Amino acid sequence: MIVLEVCVFLLVAAAGTAVVLTRDPLNQAIVASFYGLILGIMFFVYQAPDVALSQIVVGAVALPLMILLALAKVRALAGSGKDDR
Amino acid sequence: MTPAVRRWVFLVAAAGAGALLLWGLSGLPDYGVYAGPYGDVLNQVAVAERKAANVVAAVTFDYRGIDTMGEEFILFAAVLGVAILLRAQRDETEQPPDEDAADRHATSTSNAVRVVGLALVGPVVLFGIYVVAHGHLTPGGGFQGGVVLATGALLVYLSGEFVTLRRVSPELLTDAAESTGAAGYVAVGLLGLAAGATFLENVLPLGQPGQLLSAGTIPLLNLVVGVEVAGGFVLLLYEFLEQTLVIRRPGEVT
Amino acid sequence: MSFLPYAVAAWLLLVGLYGVVTSRNLVHAIICLSVAQSSTYILLLSVGFRRGGTAPIFLDVPVGTKAVDPVVGALTLTDIVVGATVSALLLALAVQAYKHNGSLDPERLGKAQD
Repeated sequence: MIVLEVCVFLLVAAAGTAVVLTRDPLNQAIVASFYGLILGIMFFVYQAPDVALSQIVVGAVALPLMILLALAKVRALAGSGKDDR
Repeated sequence: MTPAVRRWVFLVAAAGAGALLLWGLSGLPDYGVYAGPYGDVLNQVAVAERKAANVVAAVTFDYRGIDTMGEEFILFAAVLGVAILLRAQRDETEQPPDEDAADRHATSTSNAVRVVGLALVGPVVLFGIYVVAHGHLTPGGGFQGGVVLATGALLVYLSGEFVTLRRVSPELLTDAAESTGAAGYVAVGLLGLAAGATFLENVLPLGQPGQLLSAGTIPLLNLVVGVEVAGGFVLLLYEFLEQTLVIRRPGEVT
Repeated sequence: MSFLPYAVAAWLLLVGLYGVVTSRNLVHAIICLSVAQSSTYILLLSVGFRRGGTAPIFLDVPVGTKAVDPVVGALTLTDIVVGATVSALLLALAVQAYKHNGSLDPERLGKAQD
């Protein structure tokens, strides 16, 4: 289990860095969803299933959804004419 | 302060803060060795005392129930803040979404998404109710199950249109659900006062661990928290969608 | 190896703060703030972990088997849901700021008057 734990920790650190280094918010929403999933796996390795369930549902579904909706509103206000809903 | 100067000031400060943080964290016990007494005491005692098989649920809703009440009200206040911030301003008009719903779809939703979304609404809602109801027996509870229930509403929007979502979960109903959940928590706490014990004490009959109706007030608190979290997240979804699809500023392009 | 979880938590906090400080877009800053928040979850759960322990749920294992700490799990799971809701509040603030200023750049907020 030691190897699994080390791998998951390094993956979490790398995914967190990737979320920060992605500058465009639209791409960042997808990377944040992936980061939420990796965190959920890490909480499983920590033997905390309640926390993992909470993280997967919120961090991979609810949070990126609200980011995308806010970005859609900003894009509509900009009137850029892009209609890739 | 220009951005470049700000970046260098931050990097210097972060180096110092990071050094202090690592020095402080090195004083913690080794990772994997748990020394503190509280966790062990709770694991030994919680199942016998409260007849709840899930000790995390017993801690959240019984031993530290008042902290959860505070967290629930943070959630309530945040949803209230979003509803206030995203209301129609003075110079904005509300355009009914029925009018141009047909020509708003530049790329209309594919039939596969619609069918699968519609077929999944029932199982997702059922699963959400299961997670809320069994919070004291298996991993789960009000918070997780409430968000799963809100995902059901999202599937309704994905497989239909905004008017479908408005018809299925009208705004008055989600408002009432959220407020009932928040007030219900305090009401269950007052139940303890009415029975002659302290606020939020577990005064309902405890039953046997492992049964659905056990652990006293814990399933009741799970239920009200699930209703509140589901109502809160559906309201959040609703407010953001209304901003995008209904409210128009003068001169805004669809 | 024994210090790795704490190091990862400290790294995520500093990286999240770096993202907030050097951000050119409000929505990007809000997501970096949620990354910094997640570092506290890692720190909490590392403190309560016991090697060889199981989840603290005693439905089909007898009471008395080695389990991890339930208190930190209880703290973290409410924290995750509430943190997401507060991020939604911040996103609503960002949308309103865009309406009044025409830009999501933190450098330009407060200078453009409506």
